[in-house]
Amino acid sequence: MPVDPHDSRTDSLGKTFDSFAPLSARRLLLLGGIGLILMGMIFGDVFAVFVLHQNAARVGANLAAAAHAALARDARAVTANFQNVGSFLENRGTKVDTHVHMIGFGYLALMLAIVQPWIALPEITKRRLAWMFLFGAGLLPVCVFLIHYVGLDYSPLSTIGWASILADLGGLFVIVATVGYFAGFWKYFRNAERMSVQDDLTVIQETSGRALLAGGLLLILLGFLHGAYYAAADLYKHEDLDYDILVQMSSGAATGDTAAVDAALADYGQLQGEKAVNIAAHAHSIEFGILAMLLAFFQPYVSLHETWKLRWTGVLLCGSVLLPVCVLLELKYGLIAGGLADIGGLLVIVALLAMWAGILRYTGGLDAAAGGAP
Amino acid sequence: MSGARRLLLFGGIALALWGMSYGLWYAVFSEHQALNGIGASLTAGFVGSAERNSVSAASALSRYREAKYIYDRQVDVHSHWIGLAMVLIVLGIGFDRVGFSKRWRFLLALALFLGAGLFPLGVLLQTLSHGPAPRAIAIAGSALVIASLAGCTIGFARNPASSRE
Repeated sequence: MPVDPHDSRTDSLGKTFDSFAPLSARRLLLLGGIGLILMGMIFGDVFAVFVLHQNAARVGANLAAAAHAALARDARAVTANFQNVGSFLENRGTKVDTHVHMIGFGYLALMLAIVQPWIALPEITKRRLAWMFLFGAGLLPVCVFLIHYVGLDYSPLSTIGWASILADLGGLFVIVATVGYFAGFWKYFRNAERMSVQDDLTVIQETSGRALLAGGLLLILLGFLHGAYYAAADLYKHEDLDYDILVQMSSGAATGDTAAVDAALADYGQLQGEKAVNIAAHAHSIEFGILAMLLAFFQPYVSLHETWKLRWTGVLLCGSVLLPVCVLLELKYGLIAGGLADIGGLLVIVALLAMWAGILRYTGGLDAAAGGAP
Repeated sequence: MSGARRLLLFGGIALALWGMSYGLWYAVFSEHQALNGIGASLTAGFVGSAERNSVSAASALSRYREAKYIYDRQVDVHSHWIGLAMVLIVLGIGFDRVGFSKRWRFLLALALFLGAGLFPLGVLLQTLSHGPAPRAIAIAGSALVIASLAGCTIGFARNPASSRE
């Protein structure tokens, strides 16, 4: 696609501005946002393939060992095994939080990139806020990842370690930067003599953009419908079952009934699997929907041939459907469905990477043309 | 910028800030304590079984159930407020493409905003009361979100033409 070296629009201060200038807030947030999403997705895929199932197996094994220790009246072994369960769950939880927060902050960065022209702040302030946002958005997930390894070593507090403290600081940076942008947005609309903003980015004219917008909205709607169905049909049932099975396990252990304990352990594993796949399908469908809609707005910046843009759009939407559907089928078809779900995630990553490369190509062309101008 | 777009963008950014602030408060003051409570009560339940003390085991498992019920909802509230905020913002950016009259677009945006606020609020209130009111608020909120999202989908399908401010 042709590169416009005079990529200028009218901003909130009524001036003509270079909307995608090097190190401008919009460029920082767009490239940083997609980078965060990509890292979060790659981390999630690696985690799903190499850690998730192995970790679940270890949790199950330690829970079984704790229940059998209770059968054998060994209270010390019960405590030791539950400490292991806690450690494995913390390991899993912090990895999931790393994945989720990195992607969530990436999405927010893309949204803030789109609304930049309506933020009535000087460009230097917007740029500083963008750096602050990206620093916090990187710091929080990295520190959350480290929580399991750093623990409470040298911590001044009894329950929160240094990694948690720094992660919270990262969250605070993100909040402060977002408050700053919100204030600029507010300032724009409070100004009775505000100029009308002209920004072609919110006008979706390309076929790839329209397909991403429609596909994204459908994915979000389907994700919500699935979530509502799960909440209505299974959520409370699963919560009751969780408690009932643990009571069965505990009372089986107290009465020395090994068969009852083993049956309860098997039921508990099945239940945790059912809960996990439903929540993962719901969350991923909505997240991929939001991503597709956001990418729809940035299609003018993707410097690829229209045919290739359409292909990558197809790959992204295909992966976005494949992952949640196959995650749901995992309980019935096991590893085959799990493998297909991972491939779905990989398709989304590859398509996103291609679009990111297209945007980098656009910025390169823009900078080269600007550099060559007299 | 139309009133509907403004409502979704302002409402979305405000809701995202609210959800993030809630998450920060929760992470600093409540999460670690909640996780410790869940782990301790579950361990106590099985230690009670090992000691053949069924009263202690039952009481500890009841504590586990309540702590887990509250923890799950508090985490869900954080993620749903922020997730819904992002849906509001992304829809707000392209909302002028929804092919309905200005009035209907505003009503759709209002329903979406109210639903996005009410649904997690209802879930949060469930941690304070197990009665039907919080559940009714959560159901009403999610119904508003789903109905308005369906409306947006129809609206986008009705009018693919782009519009400018």
